[in-house]
Amino acid sequence: MNAFARLLDRLGFEPSRTNKLRLMTEFFRETADPDRGYALAALTGTLSFRHAKSGLVRALIAERVDPVLFALSYDFVGDLSETAALLWPAPNESIGVGGEINPPEPTLSEIVHALGDSSKSDLPGKLARWLDALDETGRWALLKLITGSLRIGVSARLAKTAVAGLGGKTANEIEEVWHGLAPPYLDLFAWMEGREDRPDPSDPAPFCLAMLAHAITEADFEGLDPAEFIAEWKWDGVRVQAVSGQDHQGVRATRLFSRTGEDISAAFPDLIESLEQIRASGFALDGELLILREGRTQSFNVLQQRLNRKTVSARLIAEFPAHIRAYDLLRLDGEDLRSLPFAERRRRLESFVAAGASPRLDLSPVVAFGTWAELAKARLEPDQFGAGADAQAIEGVMLKRADSIYTPGRPKGLWHKWKRDPFRIDAVLMYAQRGHGKRSSLYSDYTFGVWREEDGARRLVPVGKAYFGFTDAELAQIDRYVRAHTINRFGPVHEVGHDESQGLVLEIAFEGLNRSSRHKSGVAMRFPRVARIRWDKPAGEADSLETLSALIKSGV
Amino acid sequence: MTPGDLLSLTPAGLYCPAGDFFIDPLRPSPRALITHAHSDHARAGHGEVLATRETLDLMAIRHGPGFARVVQPIEPREKLVLGPIEVSFHPAGHVLGSCQIRLSGKRGTWIVSGDYKREADPTCAPFEAVPCDVFISEATFGLPVFSRWRARVEIEKLLASAQLFPERAHLVGAYSLGKAQRVMAMLRAAGYARPIYIHGAMEKITDYYIKAGVELGEIRKTAEADRATLGGEIVICPPSALQDAWSRKFPDPVLAFASGWMRVRGRARQRGVELPLVISDHADWDALTQTIRETGCSRLLVTHGEADALVHWARGDGLEAEPLRLAGYGDEGETALAENV
Ligand SMILES: [Zn+2]
Ligand SMILES: [Zn+2]
Repeated sequence: MNAFARLLDRLGFEPSRTNKLRLMTEFFRETADPDRGYALAALTGTLSFRHAKSGLVRALIAERVDPVLFALSYDFVGDLSETAALLWPAPNESIGVGGEINPPEPTLSEIVHALGDSSKSDLPGKLARWLDALDETGRWALLKLITGSLRIGVSARLAKTAVAGLGGKTANEIEEVWHGLAPPYLDLFAWMEGREDRPDPSDPAPFCLAMLAHAITEADFEGLDPAEFIAEWKWDGVRVQAVSGQDHQGVRATRLFSRTGEDISAAFPDLIESLEQIRASGFALDGELLILREGRTQSFNVLQQRLNRKTVSARLIAEFPAHIRAYDLLRLDGEDLRSLPFAERRRRLESFVAAGASPRLDLSPVVAFGTWAELAKARLEPDQFGAGADAQAIEGVMLKRADSIYTPGRPKGLWHKWKRDPFRIDAVLMYAQRGHGKRSSLYSDYTFGVWREEDGARRLVPVGKAYFGFTDAELAQIDRYVRAHTINRFGPVHEVGHDESQGLVLEIAFEGLNRSSRHKSGVAMRFPRVARIRWDKPAGEADSLETLSALIKSGV
Repeated sequence: MTPGDLLSLTPAGLYCPAGDFFIDPLRPSPRALITHAHSDHARAGHGEVLATRETLDLMAIRHGPGFARVVQPIEPREKLVLGPIEVSFHPAGHVLGSCQIRLSGKRGTWIVSGDYKREADPTCAPFEAVPCDVFISEATFGLPVFSRWRARVEIEKLLASAQLFPERAHLVGAYSLGKAQRVMAMLRAAGYARPIYIHGAMEKITDYYIKAGVELGEIRKTAEADRATLGGEIVICPPSALQDAWSRKFPDPVLAFASGWMRVRGRARQRGVELPLVISDHADWDALTQTIRETGCSRLLVTHGEADALVHWARGDGLEAEPLRLAGYGDEGETALAENV
C-alpha cells in the first residue's frame, strides 16, 4: 500500500501528462499482481474504496490525539485526512530507528478484500490497524481513498494508457477488451507482459491457467507450520476446470476443461447439463472429475472408461455418471477471486456449492489435522479420517497454504501434493533388455511376473515392465546377474532363468492397478518401478496374482 | 518575563541586564551574542559580536568583513564571564557553527536554544542537551503534524526520481546556508557520485563549508549557458530560483524543495513544487518535546514559530510555559517565501 500511496502522492504534484504516464507505467511494471490490478481499479474508478465518512476519521483520531493539538493542527493543515495521517501515533515509528519490528504493511489487495467483507462495526478496528502499519503517505492515501476525497488529476483513460505502455500497446486496444475485464486484471497484465494471449472479451467462459502443486516428502515438513496449511484429500481422478458464463446477449456457455486448458465438454454432456442448472451468472471452479455410483466414489480404474473419448453413448453415461468434486473457486458472478487467499476462496466455494445444490457437484472436504504426524496417519488411512468408503479413490493429501493466492503455474512453497506410499509387491525377474542413453550398455529394463496356478502347476505370469531406479553399483550387480543367468535370447531381450528353484526377486512399487484385457495377467500396474532387489528372497516366495487381484478388489 | 529574570524582552530582542548583552538582536546593539549565521539571527551593524568562529566567518561572507566593530570567537563549551553571568556556547546541530547559548547566574541557568535540530547532519556538530532551569526554545515546527523527520528517506525519494526521469534536471530548492550543503552531503552519503551543480548564489558559502572540512564531493557552479545540457543532473538552488526564469532553461525540470514545510501538501502546492522533500534543519515536534524534557527545565519560553501548541503541551507536562512574542524571527527562508541571499 505504501508504494501505491507514493505513486498517488507524486501524481498529485506532477503537472505533466507525459510524466504522469511515466510514473504510472513504472509503478505497474514494478508492482506485483494482484496489487497493481487493484491500483488500476482505484485509478479507473472501477472499484469503489469509499467506505468511510469523515466522521469515522475524526473519531479515530480523537481517541488518540489531544483535542487542542488536533484543532491547532487541523487549522494549520486544512485537510482532515492529511491531518489525521500526520498526527496518527504509529507505534512502530514513535520509538525511532532501531531494532523494533514494524507490523507488516497491509497490501492494497488485503485492504480491498477486507473492505469488501467488513460490516460497519469492524471497519474502525481494521482501519486503525492499517493506519498503525502504514507510513504518513500510506495513511494519507488510505484515508483519502476510503473517504472518497482523492484528487490526483488522473483520468481512467490515462491510467489505461499507462498500462498499455507496459506492452507497447495503445489505450484503444485495452478499451476494446476492457468491458470483459475485472479487478485485479491478472489477464490484462499477463497480456501486456506477453505471458498470455489477448483476453477475449466475447468468450463468456474462458479457461483460467491452472495453479499446480509440488510433490512433497516427509523430509520437507521440517520448517513448515501445520497451522498455515489447509489439507484436502488428493482424489485419484482427473483434475478439471468447470467454467460457466454469459455473453452480452445473456446466452450461457458452460465448459469443462482439462488441467491444461483442453476443452473436454463434448465427452461429458451429462456433467455440462447439470452444471448449467446452477444459478449463478458465471463461475469458474477447479475440481476432480470422478465417477460416483450411489454416492460412492469409484476408483480411477472405473473413471478410465469415460476418458479419452470424443463422444459418449447414453449407456456409458448411465453406467459411469460423471461428477465434480470441487476444491477451488476462481471466478464468481464476474468477480475474479484468484487474488484472494485460499482460505477465503474456500469459504466462498463452500457457500457456492451449498447454494448451487447440484447433484453432480460436491465439495472436497477439508482434512482436519493438528500435527504433521496426524496428517501422515490420515494419508495412510483415509477411511479412518472421514473418507469412509471413498478412501479407495484417494491417493494422498493436498496441502495448500491458507494464504496462497491462485498463482498460475507451479509457484514454490504454496501447494504440495503428498501421495500415499505406493503399493509394493515382490515379483520375479523374467526378461531383461538394454536401457537407453547412458544405460545402453547395461540391462536396465525389466519385465517381471508373479505366480499363478495353472492346471495344478505354478507358473510366473508377466504383470509389468519397469526400469531400475537406484545406484549405478546396484545396476551393475543386476546386469552381471542377467548375463550370468540368461537362458534365451529374443533379439535384444534376454530371458532370465525363472522358476521355483531359481530367479531374482524384485520389489516393485506402483501407484495403482487397472484391469487390463491387453495383458495376459488381466491387470496393468500404474507407474511401476523397481524399489529394491531382494537378493535374500527365494523366487518361490514372490507374490501371486491372487494377491494382486485382491488389491484391485480393495480399490487400488 | 518578569523583572529580575536573567533575560528580558526589549524591542531589540532578548537582553541580559546583568551581563549587559543581547542575544541575536534585531537591531544594531553594543554587544551581541549570536547563536548562528542565519540572517534573522545574525544582523550587521553591532558593536561587539561574540559567536563561534564559523558563525563569525559566515557573517563576514554574507555581510562583508566590516559587519561589526569588534568580533570575539568563542569555542563551544568555553566559559566566559560577562559581569556576574557565566556564559557558554553549546552545539545546536542546526547549521555549521550554530550554538545554543547558556547563561548562568545566581538566579539559575537559562538556555537560549537559537535554532536547533536533533536529526543527524553530516555538516555540523550534533545538538548537545544541557541542563537548565529555563529553556527558551524555538518552535518553528511546533505542531505535532511536523514529526518523524526522516531526511534520509527524502534523499532516497530524490534519487529514485532522478533514476526514473534520467533526462530531466532535478532542481532542489534549499536554503543557501546549511540546508543546501546538508542535502549535498546526504546525497554523497546515499552513494550519489555524479557532480552536484549549484546556483551561483550559494557558491561562497559552499566553498566555506568545504574549507571547513565538510566532504561534499565534486561541486560545480552552474554556468548560465550550461543549463540546457544539465538533463539528468541534480542542481541545488535557492528556493526563490525555482520560480525564476532561471529555472526554465533546464530540460523539463523537476522542481523539488527541501523544507520542513513540505510536510503539508497545501504548502508544497502553493509554491508549485513537484517533488516535495521533507528535510528540515529545525527540530520536529518529537525532537522539541524530547529536548524540553532532557533539559530538565521547569520553565519553558517559546520563541518563533508555532508557540501555542508547544505551550499547551508543556503545561500538560507540568511545566510553566508561555510564548515569547518576538517579532522579527522566523527562520530565514523557512518562513519567508523568498530568500535574498
Ligand atoms: Zn536558523
Ligand atoms: Zn531562526
